[in-house]
Amino acid sequence: MGVLEIKGLYKYYGKKCALKNVNLTGDFGEIVGLFGPNGSGKTTLLKLIVGFLRPSSGSIRVDGKDIDHNTRAIVSFLPDNNLLPSWMTIKDAFNFYKDFFPGFEEKRFKDLIDYFNLSMNRKVKELSKGEQEKVCLSLTISRKAKIYLLDEPLGGIDPASRERILTGILKNYREDSLMIISTHLISDVESIADRVIFISQGEILLNEKTEKIREEKKMSVDELFRKTF
Amino acid sequence: MVDFDERIPIYLQIMDLIKKKIIKGDLKGGDKLSSVRELAVELKVNPNTVQRVYQELEREGIIVIVRGTGAFVVSDEKKLKEIKESLAGERIKNFIKEMKEINLSKEDLDLLLSKYWEEVN
Repeated sequence: MGVLEIKGLYKYYGKKCALKNVNLTGDFGEIVGLFGPNGSGKTTLLKLIVGFLRPSSGSIRVDGKDIDHNTRAIVSFLPDNNLLPSWMTIKDAFNFYKDFFPGFEEKRFKDLIDYFNLSMNRKVKELSKGEQEKVCLSLTISRKAKIYLLDEPLGGIDPASRERILTGILKNYREDSLMIISTHLISDVESIADRVIFISQGEILLNEKTEKIREEKKMSVDELFRKTF
Repeated sequence: MVDFDERIPIYLQIMDLIKKKIIKGDLKGGDKLSSVRELAVELKVNPNTVQRVYQELEREGIIVIVRGTGAFVVSDEKKLKEIKESLAGERIKNFIKEMKEINLSKEDLDLLLSKYWEEVN
């Protein structure tokens, strides 16, 4: 049984259908790339898994349980917009997470901050957009969780930093967890994903192992994506 | 940083990479390979991909995996020769196909090979 099981999931915003009959499973030890154009439903799907939104119908089970405050504790979500208050220092944010999330790994976080060439006493409002994203990513992956959801972790980040972030993610990836990374830039993460999911207009078009795509279609995931959309 | 051809399964490319290192002598019999995690981070690929590489290399008898200790290159001259020949084989086959397309006979090729072998050296 997978750590994530989604069956017949629908999400409506008023009359607009944001997700249509989504069926998905995810296992421990997987890194899944969630790809789709803007507005395809990626963020909606992630927010449903965290529990920020409720399904219109269908079911989502995390580690065998329905979504509630218990599953929230084991799902770590990196939203695509930064939510850190500007008055905070990195240390404040760190303390906040440490108090709020049991099992928050201090050493992991401090190592990541070092790795990203940041320091604990920097103020959030003085950080560049890319630096803020690095802080948020560090906070997200230093939580102890069974599912990590990263929504566009590379958005607004320059190519040189991208490599560093990917390495940071890989170094800290835990085998006893599932990681879902959403992006519209496939080429950035296609080599680190086990499996890719293409989503368009709220529907899943493809759910396949990346190596199988290369093996059977003799195509890169990026090429297949361009052909599909 | 290695640039992979994303149209070819990455595990095959990493296998070739390791085989080349063995042939060149960068990796010798008895040498320990990087851990799955280390190599994944170094090459920026999925850890499961590296896991598969090691499994396939073990299946081909090129490395042995000792549980809890790591993966080691086997010391076997015969195996080394085999790897060399299989790496060269595919490339040579493609090369011959191309040469046949421009109507070169085996004799022509032999001569040309000798000529350019000197030039490259």
